[in-house]
Amino acid sequence: MSSVAEKVIAGDIRAVARLIRDIDDGMPEVREILKELYPSTGKAYVIGITGAPGVGKSTLVDQMLNHIRKDDKTVGVLAVDPTSPFSGGAILGDRVRMQRHSMDEGVFIRSMATRGHFGGLTQSTRSAIDVLDAMGKDYIIVETVGVGQDEVDVVKSAHTTVIVVIPGMGDDIQAIKAGILETGDIFLINKADREGSDKTMSDLRLMIDMDKKKYEGGKWKPPILKVQAVFDAGVMEFLEEIEKHRQYLIETSDGLQFRRKRNRVQDELTEMVKNRLIEEVLENLTETGEFDRAVDSIVEGKLDPYSACDNLVLPALGVSSGGPVKGSEVL
Amino acid sequence: MGNKRHIRVMVAKPGLDGHDRGARIIARAYRDAGFEVVYSGLHQTPEEIVEAAIQEDVDMIGLSSLAGAHNYLFPRTVELLREKGVDDIVVCGGGIIPDEDILALKEVGIKEIFTPGTTLDEVVKWVEENVKPR
Ligand SMILES: Nc1nc2c(ncn2[C@@H]2O[C@H](COP(=O)(O)OP(=O)(O)OP(=O)(O)O)[C@@H](O)[C@H]2O)c(=O)[nH]1
Ligand SMILES: [Mg+2]
Repeated sequence: MSSVAEKVIAGDIRAVARLIRDIDDGMPEVREILKELYPSTGKAYVIGITGAPGVGKSTLVDQMLNHIRKDDKTVGVLAVDPTSPFSGGAILGDRVRMQRHSMDEGVFIRSMATRGHFGGLTQSTRSAIDVLDAMGKDYIIVETVGVGQDEVDVVKSAHTTVIVVIPGMGDDIQAIKAGILETGDIFLINKADREGSDKTMSDLRLMIDMDKKKYEGGKWKPPILKVQAVFDAGVMEFLEEIEKHRQYLIETSDGLQFRRKRNRVQDELTEMVKNRLIEEVLENLTETGEFDRAVDSIVEGKLDPYSACDNLVLPALGVSSGGPVKGSEVL
Repeated sequence: MGNKRHIRVMVAKPGLDGHDRGARIIARAYRDAGFEVVYSGLHQTPEEIVEAAIQEDVDMIGLSSLAGAHNYLFPRTVELLREKGVDDIVVCGGGIIPDEDILALKEVGIKEIFTPGTTLDEVVKWVEENVKPR
């Protein structure tokens, strides 16, 4: 085993931090290390928390950390914030709310930016989860801003997916319905100290109940809880719901191997293969200039895009095309 | 297609004074320059800052201080990094810091000190030239 993998498994903070950096930066050499770590994963319980900007996700995570640590369980946190589309930079500010845990050896907090490279976020977050899992964290909490599909996909790979809303988010709740309502295992109405939480509760209830069929026959029915993260009100009850959901998963789906359920593995592997193909094939074609030459040919009307695609992809995969390869002379 | 190193910087505000306007402004300037900025908040001890910087695997720590405690807080941060065997995180400071202190701070390993006269562009340029993303 490589020394990096050994250090990660031994819980070496520095090694873990640097490996996550390499994952985030898309360094190809991390693959070998992740292979070595994989047998040591599958033990952590992964909680995904998503919701609109400013609904109180980080404040909630901070309180969760406090309670979970009282039980002497260890926690890894991945806090994902959006990359600025203008500069490619990001301000990662979730840590501010979790400051009081920074000297606690049982807590590892890492901020990540969405970056926006193709398929990158889901892939790199999953790998980072594996690293924290391999280092022995009992719980892993992933916080994302629930805006893009990527961010939603990230929390979907958790055992328990939590969706946070605040009172008076009428239209936003409609927006949730379109995308992530189905993925929520627990709904939280945070800032319940504010006006309108009853209305939000009944709106949400209505929407979840519209999907009633899904919850028949003993299936998990997502609870909706009112919390006040900043005052630590309702957070204990929330953690109890997570525990109930965990029990439910254990009873119904081969326990914590839930993340390795067949359809999940299928989805994740499909995605991984896609990303890898793009990385290997497209990147190479871009580097050699073949891609740009094909674009030129299409622009100049010398070649149709279908043939261009054949010309680019088939040789790269070592497949010979059935018919004559059209327009190959221009490439 | 993510194999590209990004500069990661932590902006920290040690000490007791309660203003982080300066820190927030510099954080935004770094973001606009394309850096990933971990903002860690007010009232941090050097111990907390160093621990966070290691977990976040940043290339640089930018310390901001108005309260005049920089003569203890800045060197302590450098010292803690050394104790932990971390030799590749650049430490810089900013704030209202007298010239005679600047020399002493640089001597103990603070790479650069930015005073209120330094423009944001100058700060960003300095980072781009002196901090390599791993
Ligand atoms: N009134 C009230 N404010 C709260 C509550 N929980 C959190 N807040 C405040 O909401 C603000 C945003 O909290 P964060 O925890 O940073 O929210 P977030 O969802 O993590 O924000 P982003 O990561 O920026 O999307 C802070 O000022 C909190 O103090 C609550 O229960 N009631
Ligand atoms: Mg947050």
